[in-house]
Parts: sequence; structure tokens; C-alpha cells
Amino acid sequence: MAKYELDATGLLCPMPVIKTQDRVEELEEGDTLEVLCTDPGALNDVTAWCRINGHKVIDARREDSQVIIHLEVMR
Amino acid sequence: MTRQIKAVSLISGGLDSLLATKVIMEQGVHVEGINFYTGFCVEGHTHAIRKKDQAKPKRNNALWVAEQLGIKLHIIDVIEEYKDVLINPKYGYGANMNPCHDCKTFMVRKAHEWIEEKGFDFIITGEVVGQRPMSQRKDTMPVIARESGAGERLLRPLCAQHLPPTLPEHEGWVNREQLHDFHGRSRKPQMALAAHYGFEEYAQPAGGCCFLTDENYSKKLVDLWDARGSKEYEMDDIMLLKVGRHIRPSEHFKLIIAREEGEVNFMQGYRNRFISIKTTSHSGPLVLVDGEPSEEDLQLAARISARYSKGKLAEAVELEVCRPNEEARNVTVKPMSVAEIPESWYV
Repeated sequence: MAKYELDATGLLCPMPVIKTQDRVEELEEGDTLEVLCTDPGALNDVTAWCRINGHKVIDARREDSQVIIHLEVMR
Repeated sequence: MTRQIKAVSLISGGLDSLLATKVIMEQGVHVEGINFYTGFCVEGHTHAIRKKDQAKPKRNNALWVAEQLGIKLHIIDVIEEYKDVLINPKYGYGANMNPCHDCKTFMVRKAHEWIEEKGFDFIITGEVVGQRPMSQRKDTMPVIARESGAGERLLRPLCAQHLPPTLPEHEGWVNREQLHDFHGRSRKPQMALAAHYGFEEYAQPAGGCCFLTDENYSKKLVDLWDARGSKEYEMDDIMLLKVGRHIRPSEHFKLIIAREEGEVNFMQGYRNRFISIKTTSHSGPLVLVDGEPSEEDLQLAARISARYSKGKLAEAVELEVCRPNEEARNVTVKPMSVAEIPESWYV
């Protein structure tokens, strides 16, 4: 179980979701990924993507102008 | 033990693909969604850039539809591959710069490649015979099936009874009797089916889910191509066509003038790649300059920018002109009057 980060700042929907999807594809069960975004819509979309694909959202929050989603990969 | 039949559904985020998917799920088929991002997709977020659109939900409709259906969704970035579809459409454009026939063929072809790689059995789309003038006609629908390579593995559940039986029907994977016979532009059958399934909220964007069906957007795209003498484009180009007032004084440069706060915030992210102009003596919009303007051109750009500031009637307006990765420099200009800006400059 390893921790990873993904910088999706400056990207507009749906690119943060696509980047998250592609990164998660490379990870193992139990790995965690912290996704940094600036598109406010990513707060809904990345978490929705996690729910429909069965990954666990550990935390999703807005900090100043950033959105941070912390997820755990579930297979 | 019976093998689980699997289908992939092209999910646009609109009502038709939602219903088509549900119809097949009801027959016990395992369905996953696929959505292709071309760069021209009308997303809740790009709508939400402008204040007038902020009442619309900030969500990706395809993801939302997948969540309503309880299915997985695979979003595929096809920005690069899509360029050839838009630049060289075999079947031409629709009312605007929408290459709908070629676009649908491309997406079905990509979905066919996907099912072959993933071991799925067939493809679903929400197409309805007679609903769209280019891609959803009785004579073009078989062409899309053939030219995409999907052939009989392409099923259109909402209008299947108007079309020859496909492989899923021949094989008994789905019951043709439980498929539909929708046709034409009326939305009533879809709305009735949505009510039957209990779907109360769904997106129904006019002109579909693509900016290329929008007349104003298409005009800006054609202007960009004409000015460059080439149809090549980058992601920044097509994103910036979605925002601002575009004024082109010359082939080699144009101004993109933010119309409101939401667009200012969006355009701020491009200041490291474009020349930017900002009024300092009065409040005024952020302006990006696309192209290769000379110093004289920049003076003109500053005068146009000043015209859109609160100082438009002042004798002199101060502005900051900033090239990417350089120090901003101050200029003072007399704002252009409305009469001095030729109508032909407005894109």
C-alpha cells in the first residue's frame, strides 16, 4: 500500500477525472491517491467517478482555490 | 453456467443514452458506459464559467447518468484523434461546423475497439431514427454500423424495431420485442419512458452536447482557421473559443475580451501563455491577445481594451501590457470609440 499524488491543477472537467482514472489504473488495491485540482467541479466529478467505479473517497475538500480529493483504490 | 453477456453504452449525458442503457440493463445484460472527450463537449463546468449559466448544475452529465444507472463509466480522451474527424470529415459538416456523421462513426469505431480489447459483446447507442438530420437517418445508420467496423454488434435499443435485427437479437442476448420503435424528432416517447423508469431529472441540451453545433462557436472556429490558413488547432485554442468577446483587427492577431468575472477567472489561467492587457487607471476586463502582434498592434489592442473599461469616455486610460514570462509594462492610450471599431472586426 503506497501513497501517491496527482497534480491536475489547471485542468478543466473532465480532464481531472480522466487523469485520475488513468493513474488509478496503474495502482494496486489499497494504494491511496491525493488529487489536486483547481476546477471547482472536480469536487463533484472526481468523487462521483470514485463512487461509480467502487473506489473509496477518504476525504474531499476545498482549500482556498484548490480542490483536494484523497481516495483509496479498491479492486 | 450461462455466460454473462456484456455491452458498452455510449453515454453522452443526455436522456437518450440514459434510456437506451436502461432498456438493455433491464434484460439482464451487464452494461458499462463509455464517454469520449473531444474537447468540444459541452460540460456543466464550461457553461458555469459565465455567471448567467451558474444556475446550471456544475457536474459532468455523463458521470451523473452513470451514477443514476449504477454502472461504471470509462471516459476516454480522444482530443488528438478527433482532430482528423473535424478537419477532414468524409461526409462534411452540418448546419454549423458539426461533422455529426463522421463523429458518430468515429465514436462507434472507438467503442468497437474497446469491446474487442475488453471482451465485451456489443455496443449500445441512444440513437433514434429520424431524430438528427445527419447521423440519425434511416439511410445513414447502417452506414455508421458498417464503416465503424461494429456491424451487427451495434444495437440502437430505442429504435431497433425500425432497423434490421442485430447480432444481440439473433443470438437471443436481448429480446427484440422489448426494444423500442421510436422515430422522429418528438421527445414524447422518451419522456414517457423516462417517467416509466422513474427518471425525473435529466439533461436535454438543445443541439446536443457539442459546441460544434453552436453557430457562434462555429464562426469563431472558422475565423481561427481562416486567420491561420490552416485547420490545425490546439486545446488552448478551442477552450478560448468558448469564452469572451472576440475582436480581430488583423489576420495575425485577435483580442479575447472577458465579459464578466467568471470569464476573467477562467482566462487568468492563460496569462502565462498569451499576451494579456489589463486596465489600471479604471476598472476593466482582462484581455488576452492571440497571435503575433507588433508593438503598433499592441497599442491598437490597448485602445480597444480601454474602450471596454470604465474609462471608455476618458481622454486617457492607463493599462498594463504583459507578455508571458516578462515584466508588465504600462501604456497610456486614448480609448477607441465604438464608431472606430469596424463591424467586421467582431467575430
